[in-house]
Amino acid sequence: MSYFRAENLSLHFGGLKAVDAVSFAVEKGEILSIIGPNGAGKSSIFNLISRIYRPTSGRIFFEDQDITEEPPYDIAKLGIARTFQNIELFENATVLSNLLVGRHRHSTTQLWQELLFLPSVRANEKMHRRRVEQVIEFLDLEPYRDKLISGLPYGVRKVIELARALCSEPKLILLDEPSSGLNVEETDDMSFWIRDMKSELGITVLMVEHDMSLVNRVSDRVIALNYGRVLAMGSPTEVQQHPDVVAAYLGA
Amino acid sequence: MRFLFKTDYEDDIKLFPHSGYWVSYGILLALLLIAPYVLSSYLMSQLVFVCIYATVGVALLILTGFTGQASLGHAAFLAIGAYTAAYLQKYNVPFPVYFFAAGALTGIIGAMVGFPALRLTGIYLVIATISFALIVEEILARWESVTNGNEGMRVKTLSLLGVTVPRDSPTFYYLCLAVLVLTIVGTLNLLRSPTGRAFVAIRDSETAARSMGVNVALYKVKSFAISAAITGFAGVLFAHKLSFISPEMFTLQLSIEFIIVILIGGAFSLHGAVLGAIFIVMIDPFLTYLKDDVPGMIAGIAAAFGAGKATAGSIQSNVAAFASLNGLKGAIYGIIIVLFVLFEPLGLYGRWLKIKLFFQLFPLYKRATFKRQKIYVKSERNR
Repeated sequence: MSYFRAENLSLHFGGLKAVDAVSFAVEKGEILSIIGPNGAGKSSIFNLISRIYRPTSGRIFFEDQDITEEPPYDIAKLGIARTFQNIELFENATVLSNLLVGRHRHSTTQLWQELLFLPSVRANEKMHRRRVEQVIEFLDLEPYRDKLISGLPYGVRKVIELARALCSEPKLILLDEPSSGLNVEETDDMSFWIRDMKSELGITVLMVEHDMSLVNRVSDRVIALNYGRVLAMGSPTEVQQHPDVVAAYLGA
Repeated sequence: MRFLFKTDYEDDIKLFPHSGYWVSYGILLALLLIAPYVLSSYLMSQLVFVCIYATVGVALLILTGFTGQASLGHAAFLAIGAYTAAYLQKYNVPFPVYFFAAGALTGIIGAMVGFPALRLTGIYLVIATISFALIVEEILARWESVTNGNEGMRVKTLSLLGVTVPRDSPTFYYLCLAVLVLTIVGTLNLLRSPTGRAFVAIRDSETAARSMGVNVALYKVKSFAISAAITGFAGVLFAHKLSFISPEMFTLQLSIEFIIVILIGGAFSLHGAVLGAIFIVMIDPFLTYLKDDVPGMIAGIAAAFGAGKATAGSIQSNVAAFASLNGLKGAIYGIIIVLFVLFEPLGLYGRWLKIKLFFQLFPLYKRATFKRQKIYVKSERNR
């Protein structure tokens, strides 16, 4: 059985089929990229997995468990973290507290304990703080710890979103266009981090990406979508040479 | 300027980042403790109201400032706390019991208000909370067997462990101060733990909060419950301070006053709630002054400029009539809100931060430091 599986996943908005009977599987420890022209349904698939949308039909399995009906907040508890295409950070909070929210799925303390800030809460907070520091070190975010998000440049925000997702210690991470809006150098950094996430942290990566050089560098496999349907699946070169994919990008 | 050198994760957790805070808050606490022996009884009474308003302000800040759920219904929560106390008092329930019972009941009702509010945001939530407040006001006026209707209820003098505590005694003031300090410390504790961070996450992006594993509905209800419970505690003290409560004390205007507390205090900070409370409590003596002294003063000025005695008299009576107009207080509140939103969006505490930074950076202060800027338009797609 595959690690993560989508079966006949569909999302219809009235007559518009944003995602149309898409099936794919992600193996443990691989980096799978989803490519496709604008409006192909890539981000919609992500929003289906993280339950922002409810699928019209189809099922989603993670670690052999059907997660199609799980409430959205439980998806993170299962170990699936995500980033957003148009950065969704907590603007008026510091970088540290943004990252600590990423630790939310590991918090075990009760409200009354927190009101009194009992030693157990303090110990937990220190533990969370230590884990966050490991992620900060991994992504070179040291200069920004106490800065407010609202004052940071786009490139840094992008990395912080990745950091927040990593703070939840996910098993599967969904990256929605990790390189959009980044310059060449930042994109390079991003590609190293994505590979390190796989090799050092053992995280399975599912990503949506437009930058083909990044896709080629990091992906083990690629899925091409158009109009909500799977056009091709396979290694990066195979998919890019597939006639349907070429037609979708360049016109028939 | 002081640079903090952090060597331990504890440095990010502790409430006072450096020793200077202990000194300044220690002095503040000492001043507050000796206040009853220094200040006049009128000012002491105002100080008690500051404590009560600041407690409600902190409660509202948890809900509106940190969780981002606006509420114009906090006067109703205050009323529920006050009436619970007055009602239980009739059956000789001791103070600690009805104090906590009032908090618990208000908290439960707060959670119940939170449930329907889950689907509402922004202005719709405000309307829902106003309706809740109006319903409570109506119930207080109609449920005569419990609330004594529009005639109101007399609240007996507080008796704590067999000792009577009159409402103008130093002990009552210390009690209010203790409730305020405990509320503030509890809130600070909350803010440095997962729950507080979840609140802030919900305020800034519900979608992201959800995808990080925050059960948004649960935390919104929690926020409503905590906020209401604290307001309920404040309501008990409020009832004792006034010694008489009736439905017309808990009107929409009181809810607006609480909003003003956090708006004028500003900067989404607990400091702001306290500063805002001082402001709102001290505006009453100012209005009284306006009513009593200003008409005579204006008449005097008019006379000095050569107006006849009759003209000066008519000016005096006209100004006096204006100053005692019914809606004047509301109008002044409205003007204050508008002016603050336009010219001092960070409120009194924001102004204090600016002054502090000016001295810290002395020759190098830049005016643009606090300039509001919007760099990115956030996506509204996933809301």
